[in-house]
Order: sequence, then structure tokens, then C-alpha cells
Amino acid sequence: MGLSDLFSRRRREHPDSDAGASDAPVYPTKALSTFLASVGNRQQVLLLDLGPVVGQSLTFFGEQLGCKVFVEDLAKDIDRQAVEGKPDDLAVFYARRFPQETASIDGILCWDLFEFLDKGSGQALAKQLTRILRPGGALLAFFNTTEEPPGTKPQYTRYVVTDASHLQHRPYPAQQPRQKPLNNRDIQRMFEPLRVTEQFLLKSTVREVLFRKPAG
Amino acid sequence: MWKRDEAPKPTVSQPPTPASVTLSQPAAAASQPDYRRFERDVVNIGKSVVIKGELNGSEDLTIEGHVDGKIELKDHVLTIGPNGRIKAQVVAKSIIVLGEINGNVTASEKVDIRDGGSVDGDIVSPRVAIAEGAHFRGSVDMQRKTAPPPAVATAPLPPKPAPTQPAPTQPAERPQPTGVR
Repeated sequence: MGLSDLFSRRRREHPDSDAGASDAPVYPTKALSTFLASVGNRQQVLLLDLGPVVGQSLTFFGEQLGCKVFVEDLAKDIDRQAVEGKPDDLAVFYARRFPQETASIDGILCWDLFEFLDKGSGQALAKQLTRILRPGGALLAFFNTTEEPPGTKPQYTRYVVTDASHLQHRPYPAQQPRQKPLNNRDIQRMFEPLRVTEQFLLKSTVREVLFRKPAG
Repeated sequence: MWKRDEAPKPTVSQPPTPASVTLSQPAAAASQPDYRRFERDVVNIGKSVVIKGELNGSEDLTIEGHVDGKIELKDHVLTIGPNGRIKAQVVAKSIIVLGEINGNVTASEKVDIRDGGSVDGDIVSPRVAIAEGAHFRGSVDMQRKTAPPPAVATAPLPPKPAPTQPAPTQPAERPQPTGVR
């Protein structure tokens, strides 16, 4: 049996140990640990993850927080609307997208999803997230500070939590490219009345922003 | 001297006897696991079977057919095969999903959604594994049995010791790319 046979057999037997996926680069994160500290002091933590489902991250949150995680893959919604040629309908769609009760969620992980939304859709989504976040709750979002070079294939990033201070970035194809980078003021306005409590600009040109909903 | 020369002869001629024993032993050993395997064989619900109602059991079960209703295998492993289509509330010790489940899933040990598997519903289990090609929509509730670690957040976790075997699901040990803070 050749080496390639062994590898292909291993891939069949362990589908989640995909070589390409595990080779993806790992980057530091500054805001995730603060986010965990913000939400981890509750009895039964409720998290909302807006990215694609990642088993390893769910396991991490489960072990660290013993929490309940709602997984709502919004990238699928964006892709579907893009394929149907109705990206403008996203704003209307988001108004009824979230069944969660008002002020019921302790923490929201947006990752870099807002990068793929136009201004109207982004505001509609931010409004809903602000509604369901409980007072004192935290929201984590990533924003790129630079535009993608022309001709770049559109792709989302699957963020895999490897530990509290590192994320593995696994790219996968998207239907539409990123929007232009938002500036600080636009970001703050979009999430009002949430307050920016931490902000980190990483060397990877990603800005990590941690919001908190004021109590009362 | 003569006797001493004679003495080794039986030991030289003896190998055939133990060889025949060792040959027969593997044969016996092989047949025993076969028998045990037969005894422990999981129950299989085939592709063409459609069940509407409640399904209870006290042995491991693999479902390739359709089930509408409720499945309860409290102390056993339930496998939903690639052709399995389940519209039901599912309760088992451990659940492996290669097909589709539409309903809430509760496992006392582990839920494992493999590549190509799909779950639309809420999962309650202390351990959950979801492969990259799997579909999941709902919530995951992993009740914590032990007290929360005190320094979960502010300090980075200590580096893990080097594993003795390759661990593909531990990319944290990967060297960091240079030039990134």
C-alpha cells in the first residue's frame, strides 16, 4: 500500500482531519479572550454564532463556558440572496431572521460577516443583534482595514478557535466579494447604542472590535 | 553420550506439534471473535423501511431508512446511516449522524455529525463533534459538569505539551506565521 493510499484512507476514515483545512494559517486574536471574560461570569451563558458551524470552536466554547450556542450561518443567507439576485432583500429578511427574544443573548460572535453586507443590510442586522443582546452582553466583530486587491476570488473565512488567543483562518468560496472597508465612525454608528469597549488593530490588517451593551 | 545425542531429537521433531497447535489456536481465536461479532452485531434498519411512531431499544442501532416520531436508545449507540432520514426527537448514549435528522437530539455522551451528515434541531450533549462538510442549524447545549476554569479569558492558555502522536484536530500547536502580531 502506497503512502497516498494511506493518506486517502485516513481522509476517508477521519473526514474532519482534512489536510487542507488543518494547514490553514493560525493567527493571534486579542479580543476573543476579553469576549470570553465578558460573558463567562454568567450561570447559563447563551452565545449566538453567526458564522458557519465549526465543531472545534463549539467544543472550545462548551468546555470553557459550558454554554448553549445558537448557530445561525448568515453567510448562507448572503450567498442565497446573491444567487437569487436579490441582495437588497437582506435588510427585510434580517428583520424577521432571529427568533431569539429581546435581551436574551449574552454574547454574539459576528466574525467578519459585516464585510459582506451593504450598508442597509448591515444596519438592519446590527439593529437585530442589538435587540437580542442582553444589557451587559458582548458582541465581537472583525473588520478589514484594507480593500481586497482586484481579481481576488471572493471568499469567506471560517474562524476556528484553537485556544483563547489564537484563531485558525480557513477560507472557503463566497458568492460575492467583500464590501469597501468601514471606517471607525461608521462602525460605531451602525451598532449604536452598543459601546466599543476594546479595539485591536492586528498586523494582519484586521480590526477586532468588542462591543458591550450598556446596562439599563 | 549416546543418550545425550538422542535426547535432543524429540525437541527437534517437536516443532510440528506446537505449530499445529498454534495454527489451530488462531483458527479458534478467529472463529471466536466472529461468533462474538455475530452476537454483538448492531441492529440495522434498512433503506426501504419506514417507521412512524416510537422506537425504543436496548442495543446499538443503525438506521438507513426513514423514521418519523421518537427514537430512544438510552444506553446505546445510534447511527444514522448515509441514507437515513429522521424526523424525530432522538435520545441515545451516543449518536453518529451520516444522514439527516430533523428534530432535537439528546445524547448522554457524544453527538458526532460526520461529513455529509445534517442536523436541523437543538443538540444537548456534553461532547459534540461536527465535521467540516456537515450541516447543522440549531443550538448546541453542552452542560458543564465541572466548575468553570477561573482564568478562562484574560490570560492566554498555556501551550500544550508536544503530542506523542499526530493530532490533526489540534492546530493550536502549529507555528505562527511570521509578521503577525
